[in-house]
Amino acid sequence: MSEPERAAGFEILDRQDFSDATYSLVIRHPRMAKAARPGQFVIVMLHGAGERIPLTIADFNRQAGTITLVIQAVGKTTKEMQQTCRAGSFLHALVGPMGMPSALTGRRKVVCVGGGLGVAPIFPQARGFKENGAYVIGIVGFRTKKLIFWQEKFQACCDELILCTDDGSAGIKGFVSDGIKLAIDRHRDIDEVIAIGPPVMMRACAETTRPRAIKTVVSLNPIMVDGTGMCGGCRVKVGGAVKFACVDGPDFDGHQVDFHDLVMRLGRYAVQEKAAVQRWSENCRMKEPDFSLDVFETPDPFEQVLGG
Amino acid sequence: MAKKRTIRTIPQQRTAVREQEPAQRVRNFAEVNCGYTLEQALNEADRCLLCPEAPCVAGCPVSIDIPNFIQKIGEKNYRGAYDVITDTNLLAAVCGRVCPQETQCEGVCVVGDSLEPVAIGRLERFIGDLAIVEGWTNIPYIELNGLQVGVVGSGPAGMACAADMAKAGCNVTVYEAFHEAGGVLKYGIPEFRLPNNVVDAEIGKLLKLGVKFECNTLVGRLFTIEQMISEMGYDAVFIGVGAGYPSFMGIPGESLNGVLSANELLTRCNLMHAGDFPKHDTPLQLGRRVAVIGAGNTAMDAMRVSLRLGAEQVHCIYRRTKAEAPARAEELHHAEEEGIAFHWLTSPVELLDDGRGGVRGMRCIRMELGEPDDSGRRRPLPLEGSEFEFDCDTVVYAIGTNANPILGQTSKLKLKKRGYIEVDENLATSIMGVFAGGDIVTGAATVIEAMGAGRKAARSMKRYLGLRDTDVVYRPERIGSEHTLFGIDLGERNYARLREVRV
Repeated sequence: MSEPERAAGFEILDRQDFSDATYSLVIRHPRMAKAARPGQFVIVMLHGAGERIPLTIADFNRQAGTITLVIQAVGKTTKEMQQTCRAGSFLHALVGPMGMPSALTGRRKVVCVGGGLGVAPIFPQARGFKENGAYVIGIVGFRTKKLIFWQEKFQACCDELILCTDDGSAGIKGFVSDGIKLAIDRHRDIDEVIAIGPPVMMRACAETTRPRAIKTVVSLNPIMVDGTGMCGGCRVKVGGAVKFACVDGPDFDGHQVDFHDLVMRLGRYAVQEKAAVQRWSENCRMKEPDFSLDVFETPDPFEQVLGG
Repeated sequence: MAKKRTIRTIPQQRTAVREQEPAQRVRNFAEVNCGYTLEQALNEADRCLLCPEAPCVAGCPVSIDIPNFIQKIGEKNYRGAYDVITDTNLLAAVCGRVCPQETQCEGVCVVGDSLEPVAIGRLERFIGDLAIVEGWTNIPYIELNGLQVGVVGSGPAGMACAADMAKAGCNVTVYEAFHEAGGVLKYGIPEFRLPNNVVDAEIGKLLKLGVKFECNTLVGRLFTIEQMISEMGYDAVFIGVGAGYPSFMGIPGESLNGVLSANELLTRCNLMHAGDFPKHDTPLQLGRRVAVIGAGNTAMDAMRVSLRLGAEQVHCIYRRTKAEAPARAEELHHAEEEGIAFHWLTSPVELLDDGRGGVRGMRCIRMELGEPDDSGRRRPLPLEGSEFEFDCDTVVYAIGTNANPILGQTSKLKLKKRGYIEVDENLATSIMGVFAGGDIVTGAATVIEAMGAGRKAARSMKRYLGLRDTDVVYRPERIGSEHTLFGIDLGERNYARLREVRV
């Protein structure tokens, strides 16, 4: 990358909006596209006065030299990004890939589960398992039909795709954990379930598989500053031990994770975050999006830090 | 020539430096120590005995010719003093501020045997600051030798190594994971002790030497050390990533909100400007009663930052006594002046839940000192039945750091116990062409020791690359006409390519 480009930051090549709150950004970074493995994440800074937020890599294209992030506008930074990030604009900072890549080899049959914002980051895993010769069952969950995205991408790499919506407007009516029940009833030889989404969803997934003792991996994305193991802000409890999600994870054994601890720690800056959103909404000139109730999801405060 | 100075003829009192008043400074992030004025510097320079066999030089990890630069100050040849310092130390303004001089140069100063030692650190800072104001840089004429050197980490070790390798004619690129260069000098050491613009000024000098900085680059994950050598064309690599992996004690309650590492507190404040929230987006949740565990420099920084961010009370909890506290004397003194409450011989055993996921206090135990341990300090032992509760709503851990695991996870580098990189006496690692130094080799130490390691690694790298080491008198390694030409080693890649030019 030449000097002037580096000074400007990291170029956004494309943006797509999946709903009022969810959007994807395709960013040019050939070296990262080459290095990225499923399960890894990046840290993004929108501008010089911005905060560093962790986002899971939702896709990477080695030929095109790009990575894709899928973001839900729930906090101040993600809302600001929704307003300012356009094809041709730049991110101030983008560092990664971070975290241990997911283990993809040696599995014959796997279930890849993505709920809400976890749908995008489960995609590279599903594709990675497929490339490694596994039989892949994809389970993706949305609140309602209008929020569905990337269905064709999943269909292309999954041997079976179970679509779940909370209101039954598409696929089966129910949560992704209901999808898992279907899958594990149908297949008795599942090697591994991997689930990404809000903590509540991942816990539900882990509880669904626990009676059958099916290995269940979850991807945690707690609050971080540096993402390199330096701040210790992302410490999580796994099987009684303290781990740093940024360097020891983000993938952990879902049957061992202390989700109560995770949820508690995710709320650490809830007051400041709320004040920042409030302040930003009052000051920003752009009209708030039209909240037509049947489409707009009530943002889950944890989804931002958990998602794509 | 003036009469020879003796201990009786020099000014007896160490020249005081102006400091911001404690009551005022705890409300701002401006520097505490305002630095010497010209008159003060001249007065202090007169206190140096200019010892011929100066122990202070041996006391300096990078062997600055201290009497020589002080003599130049006395002669009002400030530029000359700067030239002497930059012979061995590129970062005068930084080291004058953050070196523990009392255990290094000033600790062995001859004047210090009967009076207070010469304030070498303050004089060094005076010259460093003057150089920044005057825009002095000593940029040697560099003829590029075509060799590529990669430096991993932009902290003091990496910067020192990068400077030496650039001066030797190599094309140097420094990789930094954060979005700004400077490492611990930026994220760790607070503004009131080392302003970021001083760090940026020193980085500016490296840029003038032709060093390139690539931020937002996490080596190990974006590319590996092995790839740097095999694919990216680096002839040699220096690893100076520090040891920034924070320790916790493993006592109950550490995952409560309101418990954080000093690294997190300092990074949020120093690098991300959480004190300016919401103008800057990064928040920091500090309570009213902050307890900091530990008594090193990082602990002092964390406590004093907490005060400046508005904490009503800040407490230091340390299991040994003031005598064993590892902090620099000036920092401890400043912390005391600013009203930090010190609780010596005290150790937490449990952090107490307020019922809402936060901290309401901690249970502590009193300690007593037993026999000396491996570090030579007396081992603290708990006093049975002395437990008590201590009220606080924020707990900050500043009890040391460990090696970061990323390079160990991603390369075949041979590691020592606890993840530090194994090196030989030349700081060479187990991978050919890869050197390492600073905290990632030794465990947590000081800025100047890291710089010393960076320079030592640079000397080894130059030998490895067949470059003439401009710091030492040259003697061919192998004598004999088949190896030498006019006494110059034929294995050498550049000789007589360096000459100083002033800009």
